[in-house]
Amino acid sequence: MDNVTIIAVASIITAGITTAIGSMMPAIGEGRSVSKALESIAQQPDAAPTITRTLFVGLAMIESTAIYCFVLSMILIFANPFWNHFIG
Amino acid sequence: MRISPDQKVFWEYGFVNLNLTIVMTWGLMVLLVIGAWLVTRNLKSGIKRSRWQNILEMLILMIRDQIKEVGLDKPKKYISFIGTLFIFIAVSNLLTIVPWYEAPTASLSTTTALAISVFIAVPVFGIVQGGLKNYLKSYLQPNFIMLPFNIISEISRTLALAVRLFGNIMSGGLIATVLISIVPFFFPVIMSALGLLTGMIQAYIFAVLATVYIAAATRDAERKKTNTITAKHNDNQVESKNGEVIRDRKQKDIK
Repeated sequence: MDNVTIIAVASIITAGITTAIGSMMPAIGEGRSVSKALESIAQQPDAAPTITRTLFVGLAMIESTAIYCFVLSMILIFANPFWNHFIG
Repeated sequence: MRISPDQKVFWEYGFVNLNLTIVMTWGLMVLLVIGAWLVTRNLKSGIKRSRWQNILEMLILMIRDQIKEVGLDKPKKYISFIGTLFIFIAVSNLLTIVPWYEAPTASLSTTTALAISVFIAVPVFGIVQGGLKNYLKSYLQPNFIMLPFNIISEISRTLALAVRLFGNIMSGGLIATVLISIVPFFFPVIMSALGLLTGMIQAYIFAVLATVYIAAATRDAERKKTNTITAKHNDNQVESKNGEVIRDRKQKDIK
């Protein structure tokens, strides 16, 4: 295997693993936070607007970790910086 | 496959280039400015108003209420900044249903520019509100050991703002492109409808996060100035809110 093949194999496998783990863990976190928020809305319907707003902000924070993993795997596949080093 | 509209370049001279992102941003700016000019050309204060004025008033009132709920007491000062951010991002994400349009927020350069403007606006509002000394003191908030962490959090949250918006919008477009090549007819419609929802939520979240950051900076700076007055004021607010809530519940029970 030459260098380019090694880079291709490594980046494709890493991109897959990154997306897999990076979507699994935030999904667990978001599920927990949504279930907790639903419980508290059911207990206190008056506080629903505040809880919903905080929930959305929190979900965005959790979601951003998944987005980081996604962006990272996109960079690895479509804009890999190591390609140019060996091809060019 | 290109992953951002930056890569489609129309004109290039040295390091200056004119790509699809800039063209789309200009188009959006023209659309928003002309739209706002057309709506606000003859404003009326009577009962008979144009429907566009109603829409605009609803939007502005909604943004103002949201800013006030997050914790900025005088939303009039901040609505020009936060409202502009929200309207720009929301319109740029919602117009993805128009053919041949590509959202400028799907490029990292646009979102970085927006995040950097938040990064600059936070200390500016903080200094205007509480003075330079009080703002700088807020970096030493619990004690001076936290100074590097406060600075790191300032930078990392800017990065997070930029990458979050970019990643969400870009992934929506990319998923639609991939699905069109696999299942061409029905499924991409659902995904682009989901993309509209995501775009709206991301615009909301961007604006809310900017508001939260500004509120944190101004509150830290202001706390030393008017400590007792705000505390009293907050107590009164909580009481009156609870009173309203209790009254509402009683009315519901009667019904």
